[in-house]
Amino acid sequence: MTMAWFKRSKENISTTAPKKENSDGNWIKCSECGEMIHKVQWESNLYSCINCGHHFRIGSQEYFGIILDEGSFKEIDKKLRSVDPLEFTDTKPYKKRVEESIKSTELNDAIRTGTGKINGIDVVIGCMDFGFIGGSMGSVVGEKISRAIDKAIKTKNPLIIISSSGGARMMEGAVSLMQLAKTSSKLAKLDEEKIPYISILTNPTTGGATASFSMLGDINIAEPKALIAFAGPRVVKQATGKDLPDGFQKSEFLLEHGFIDFIVSRKDLKEKLTQLLKLISG
Amino acid sequence: MAVQNILGFEKPIIELEKKISEMRKMADKFDISNEINKLESKVNSLRKEVFENLTPWQIVQLARHPERPYSLDYIYLMTENFIELHGDRRYSDDKAIVGGFAKLGEETVMIIGQQKGRDTKSNIYRNFGMPNPEGYRKALRLMKLAEKFNKPVITLIDTPGAYPGIEAEERGQAEAIARNLFEMSKLQVPIIAVIIGEGASGGALGIGLGDRVLMLQYCWYSVISPESCSSILWRSWDFKEQAAESLKLTSQDMLKLKIIDRIIEEPEGGAHRDHEKAAAILKGVLVEELAGVKKIKKEKLLDSRIKKFGEMGFWKE
Repeated sequence: MTMAWFKRSKENISTTAPKKENSDGNWIKCSECGEMIHKVQWESNLYSCINCGHHFRIGSQEYFGIILDEGSFKEIDKKLRSVDPLEFTDTKPYKKRVEESIKSTELNDAIRTGTGKINGIDVVIGCMDFGFIGGSMGSVVGEKISRAIDKAIKTKNPLIIISSSGGARMMEGAVSLMQLAKTSSKLAKLDEEKIPYISILTNPTTGGATASFSMLGDINIAEPKALIAFAGPRVVKQATGKDLPDGFQKSEFLLEHGFIDFIVSRKDLKEKLTQLLKLISG
Repeated sequence: MAVQNILGFEKPIIELEKKISEMRKMADKFDISNEINKLESKVNSLRKEVFENLTPWQIVQLARHPERPYSLDYIYLMTENFIELHGDRRYSDDKAIVGGFAKLGEETVMIIGQQKGRDTKSNIYRNFGMPNPEGYRKALRLMKLAEKFNKPVITLIDTPGAYPGIEAEERGQAEAIARNLFEMSKLQVPIIAVIIGEGASGGALGIGLGDRVLMLQYCWYSVISPESCSSILWRSWDFKEQAAESLKLTSQDMLKLKIIDRIIEEPEGGAHRDHEKAAAILKGVLVEELAGVKKIKKEKLLDSRIKKFGEMGFWKE
């Protein structure tokens, strides 16, 4: 993220840029503490608040920029697109929903996968985009993860998946449910090959993603204060009629209950991954 | 059997059946066999008409029928020497999942299923068939036992979903389901999964990854219940019929989408009308399917299982 000061602003308007929370021109208001942050500061602080450290939601473009060595990312299976196996229509046809999302996000679906280097270490990487139909997992997400795992097996390079997902894609019904089985069983194969898989859980990672590949890392890492859940807080509250405990389903809560290995700030993410990968393969 | 809970579309059929059985009682006093025969053919054609034209929502209702056979009913009717095993050895014993060794025909199997209750008390005891993480961990423990002793695994799926509770989240509901999918992919013995009632989302799939996936005729399987789908996508509970239609959740749909391998026919009018017959049909199919999966060579079993699920999905490129 060096040189950010001198780059043309146009390059910074990434297709996967997060919603600017209360943005006003070049100033962004932190949704957590209200701090006004200049865009340049915000970007150089890796899209987190300079005052409270709140991690703004970002997309695959930004994550690849943060984690991978510059220019090392080579996308694979870019052209995969959703079809409409159920001919599903709710308030609008699923086909149309997909088309509109492709147009507005300039992405083809809710995950991008490829190869890259982290401080010189070759990895296979996937990163979800919450901006694409809530980061929901349908056939395309399942197939791309499955192929990324194949790639990791073939190249014997570690696999890293960054999750942010509202769960399985309802508009693909049981077909989307089967993507939980598909990704998990492929990970079982990766496991047999003893190739490391690091799962990075970001805000939010819920439902079908959490109940499959996101929770199955050899190492599970979370960003601070990310919502990580099976059933989201609203569903739990509705089902139980109880008040939810403080910090319920946040990264820190999951760390405390033993489901993630550690929490890492975005600014330390690349270094921590490097350290970990060196320890494992060293 | 006497039916206590009658669904709207079942009513005309059951009323006619009642009439026939009343007339049968009078048959030794009067000669009314002609009338009985007439009514019987009427009820048969009516039943046929209703059950051949069930809407997806009516199928959901049948899958939830309070008199439908549940896992333990099938286990007791199909198997011998069932010994129920309890507990996940980590936290507790989840009553929403039952399991143990049993004899199915000639074969010892590990049979595991989600269990609903029949009345309020037993439903509370069974948590309405909604497992907590310890249920999935118990199921996994039993599957590992089966693997150790080289016995095939049969799972019976019937759940409105994994329980979305505070403690369930604390103890890792998502991890428990994910772990089962991961470990079931590697289990060195054959697995046959059967949807016998409701197959609601991850909670169902958590014991549903098998070499063969079968489904009784009047069941549903999807990523979400029609009610929840309606509330999320239409922002109202009123579109459940439409959601059931849209979700393509019937056994016919599942076969078309290549998610299941086989539909198992139910007795006339649905499994709840004749538990013994439903169990006999299922037993016959399971014996046949077990013979099939046992023929798969051990070294090919896992590859073909992973490949089976790896091929699921639809996309273009």
